[in-house]
Amino acid sequence: MTQAALRDPTLAQRLADEILHLADRPVRLMEFCGGHTHAILRFGIRERLAPNVRLLSGPGCPVCVTATPDIDASIALARLPDVTVATFGDMLRVPGSRGTLMQARAEGADVRIVYSALDALDLARREPQRHVVMLGIGFETTAPTVAATITQAHAEGLRNYSVFSLHKLTGPAMRAILEAGEVRLDGVIGPGHVTTIIGWQAWEFLPQEYGISCAVSGFEPLDILRAVRSLVQAIREGRPRVTNDYPRSVSREGNRVAQALMAEVFTVGPALWRGLGNVPASGLFLKATYADYDTRQRFGEALAALPPSAPDPAGCRCGEVLRGVLEPPECPLFRRVCTPAHPVGPCMVSAEGACAAYYRYGSL
Amino acid sequence: MRDDLILLGHGSGGTLGHELLRDLFLRHFRDPVLACLEDASDIALADERGLGGQAVLTTDSYVVKPRFFPGGDIGRLAVCGTVNDLAMRGARPIYLTVGFILEEGLPLHELERVVRSMAETAQEAGARIVAGDTKVVERGSADGLFINTAGVGLVPPGIRVSVSLAQPGDVILVSGAVGDHGLTIMTQREGLQFAGSLQSDCAPLNGLVEALLERVGPALHVLRDPTRGGLATTLCEIAEQSHVGMVVDELAIPIHDAVRAASELLGLDPLYVANEGKLVAIVAAPHAEAALEALRAHPLGREAAIIGRVVAEHRGTVALRTLLGTHRVLDMLAGEQLPRIC
Repeated sequence: MTQAALRDPTLAQRLADEILHLADRPVRLMEFCGGHTHAILRFGIRERLAPNVRLLSGPGCPVCVTATPDIDASIALARLPDVTVATFGDMLRVPGSRGTLMQARAEGADVRIVYSALDALDLARREPQRHVVMLGIGFETTAPTVAATITQAHAEGLRNYSVFSLHKLTGPAMRAILEAGEVRLDGVIGPGHVTTIIGWQAWEFLPQEYGISCAVSGFEPLDILRAVRSLVQAIREGRPRVTNDYPRSVSREGNRVAQALMAEVFTVGPALWRGLGNVPASGLFLKATYADYDTRQRFGEALAALPPSAPDPAGCRCGEVLRGVLEPPECPLFRRVCTPAHPVGPCMVSAEGACAAYYRYGSL
Repeated sequence: MRDDLILLGHGSGGTLGHELLRDLFLRHFRDPVLACLEDASDIALADERGLGGQAVLTTDSYVVKPRFFPGGDIGRLAVCGTVNDLAMRGARPIYLTVGFILEEGLPLHELERVVRSMAETAQEAGARIVAGDTKVVERGSADGLFINTAGVGLVPPGIRVSVSLAQPGDVILVSGAVGDHGLTIMTQREGLQFAGSLQSDCAPLNGLVEALLERVGPALHVLRDPTRGGLATTLCEIAEQSHVGMVVDELAIPIHDAVRAASELLGLDPLYVANEGKLVAIVAAPHAEAALEALRAHPLGREAAIIGRVVAEHRGTVALRTLLGTHRVLDMLAGEQLPRIC
């Protein structure tokens, strides 16, 4: 299927009409993934389906859910002598309680932007006199590549590379939102890239335990519209289920090689999320077998010596945005104080952040 | 050349430096004015036909990774960038200057490849390289090779093209598909293979501008090349500086399939990705079709399209009509676009 076909305006209009016809009562759907939030606003889908179909953004922005103490720890690592911190670019501008990685870099800390964890591994090979810490940010999408760098470093006997794993799992986050019961949801648009790895069967707990449907979606307009149609159809029929509306990428079982790689390197434990707090069994940490590549082990003393993080900036409501409780324009700081050029919270920084999406693709 | 790497000595005033100048720069940039090796070059503010006009002057510096990419290299980019800045004022580029900052250890054959490419591109644009400079810095003080170019151009009498001259009612054109250059660079950096289907559009645009001016003359109000920040940022800049609104039809904007595919993969919006061989033209409505024909008749404008119009409403803001028929703001980018990780 070509991309042009996935953006066919006639088909898109027809699907939108069909959805509005099927949605004979107001429904509330959450798109888990920040990439979906951006696409929904960019292609005008949200406005076209309002008001009967309400689309709420979820916690699927890896940079946004990274908790302030973890950002502070990343900055502290970057300030250590002979340490290079390698990170995806978005992280640079996220405010911690004592500045950003970008400020630390301007003050002399060695922070490098990488596009993939493999670049960080290359950096460690090229600069053996420095210790390269890869900030392991992201969900099941990025975790397999990071895991691959660890097994590779281990195979090569590389001694100057470690991963500060802040990787998080999407399922437990979705569960935490539903358990909290703050936001009433009729359905979930499942994350396309994550589900490519974990397989769509991973979402079966949504209909089984919570009685709500999940439609896994790609990132093109027709992908999203088809997923929304699946959801309103399931809601109308009163038969909650998981549908795969991204079959060109997603299978029932997912990518077993990637899953095996994650299972080889990581163990699951409780993790701190911005907005969600401490979520049980939601974080990926390095197994003891790979302790040599675990930043938490290699720099345990330095990390333990960190002063506690200051509270998050007054007025920033990223946490509520990440739980789908608050829409970005409802935040008093939005557009007035908090802008992409001067972000107060991470949701305005990241390319996947909901506030950045609402700012960038605002209606006239 | 005896040694095959740039040495610190190449930057000294001594023999090595003179060898570099004679055997590399002058050999490729064959210009009698440059060859005089004066401290400052004699230039006449007239073109080869002896025609004068309002002079315009610009300068820009170039750093790009990788230095060589499908469709171009840092040298071609450095010439096109400055030539195009001149052309965007309606000017014919006449003279260029070139400054190099070289990192110790740069392979000489790489430098030669860049210099040759610059000479060829300048010739393609009909501009003369008449002054230059070279500095060599210690290993680690620069990333291989930085280039600065400056240029002087002449605007034909009666022509006034400026970013502040868009009028409500005018029509917005783009000279071809957007996003090629930026996506080529990004996929190269990411090591993604698109089997040669992606190529930078890097090209001197002065010929295309001349063809456009010949056809519509003073009906041409604004020209701008959507380089860094892409088409979206360029349109926002024009709307702001001309104090007008714009309505652009997303479906009318030409984008190559390979660019769409690569941008979907990386999670980037091609409207915010750099172009190095495209222009946005804003013309008075009665001349829009003629302008489109003139662009399409030129090899660099075959895929030109009318993408929208200038309006008196929502001044300073560009509205994008989406494929679902809704309208949203097309905003400037605050920082760099980054590939998604989710």
